[in-house]
Amino acid sequence: MIKMKTMEITVGLFVILGFAALFYLAMQVSNLNAFSVSNKDGYSVTAQFENVGSLKVGAPVTVAGVRVGRVTAIGIDRKTHEAAVKLTISSAYNDLPLDTGASILTSGLLGEQYVGLEPGGDEKVLKEGDKIKLTQSTLILEKIISQVLFSKAAEGPDKK
Amino acid sequence: MLDTLQTLGRWAINIIERVGRASLFLMLTLRGIPPILARPRLIIQQLYAVGVLSLLIIVVSGLFVGMVLGLQGYNTLVDFGAEQSLGVMVALALVRELGPVMAALLFAGRACSALTAEIGLMKATEQLSAMEMMATDPLSRIIAPRLLAGFLAMPLLAAIFSAVGVLGGYFVGVGLLGVDDGAFWSQMQAKVDPDDIYNGVIKSVVFGFVITWIALFQGYDATPTAEGVSRATTYTVVHGSLAVLGLNFVLTALMFGDD
Repeated sequence: MIKMKTMEITVGLFVILGFAALFYLAMQVSNLNAFSVSNKDGYSVTAQFENVGSLKVGAPVTVAGVRVGRVTAIGIDRKTHEAAVKLTISSAYNDLPLDTGASILTSGLLGEQYVGLEPGGDEKVLKEGDKIKLTQSTLILEKIISQVLFSKAAEGPDKK
Repeated sequence: MLDTLQTLGRWAINIIERVGRASLFLMLTLRGIPPILARPRLIIQQLYAVGVLSLLIIVVSGLFVGMVLGLQGYNTLVDFGAEQSLGVMVALALVRELGPVMAALLFAGRACSALTAEIGLMKATEQLSAMEMMATDPLSRIIAPRLLAGFLAMPLLAAIFSAVGVLGGYFVGVGLLGVDDGAFWSQMQAKVDPDDIYNGVIKSVVFGFVITWIALFQGYDATPTAEGVSRATTYTVVHGSLAVLGLNFVLTALMFGDD
């Protein structure tokens, strides 16, 4: 039987190791320290898209590839029947011009979809509740393929 | 015909009786916890036995599981040019599923079987009865600290398993196979939510509680013979592992099923 003191020390080490592992997982592995969905210190703007493709809640919002926020809600506008996407942007980036454009992009050929913002030149800046007017919908692979096939077919066999 | 029916009936009644005894046992043990909190030394002793002594197997297994995940994941992902996602795959697999489940299975084999054998032997040599004769409640003095220790040690062990596993995946993926270092971590951080980690911790808490309960009850309820203790130890590992795997499915369905 080992001494009580040694035992207590090793148990203390074990507990510290366990919590260190949890802390490590939380900090290094997950995005707890980055930008979480429930982040309150940000402002929300909406953007309407004809088609959002497979954009999901929680997808990143980027400016020039740098992550500045997240998609927090996706719904349908009752009047225009377009998709209304709510973007929450970190308050650290509160100087985006009012005429910023938003487009839905894909990371890589088959990657996840995200919202890319292209800042304009307006003096005024985006604030809570503003609407992004310049939007570009997602590229839908099926439509592009069908267009290519259609134009190929229109060229006809006389090319040969 | 009637005989078969009778056998079936007896079997069912036995199971219900056993579940009832296990629940009563748990209730009495939980009632025995408050007095034990005044004597943390008993809990520390048990934490040492089930936690510290399980560290080696947990760390080594975690490392190897992470390394294998890195190796196999790379082989599949590289076909799609998506080897940057290796970190995500390794981390999610470990944090959500493999960490809690593998740690619980190893815990059942390493620590819980020992608990059952210990208590079964105490019962077989009538130490538990002797304690009752001395007006000490064995449920409070013997069982409760062990239950608490298992309950506390399991989430820590699972977290260590996952953390070491991620490092193992990193060594193989980045060190051996040449995945980009920055992409490995940044992709992982982008895709793993704090929720995934909370859910993993909840899972391991549930597993720790259930397998320790099973182990203690099997020991306490063992037939007080050498054969009975050996059978109880086997049942601990078998029932404990089955309970972990079954509960894992239920918990996964509850946590990740609706999105």
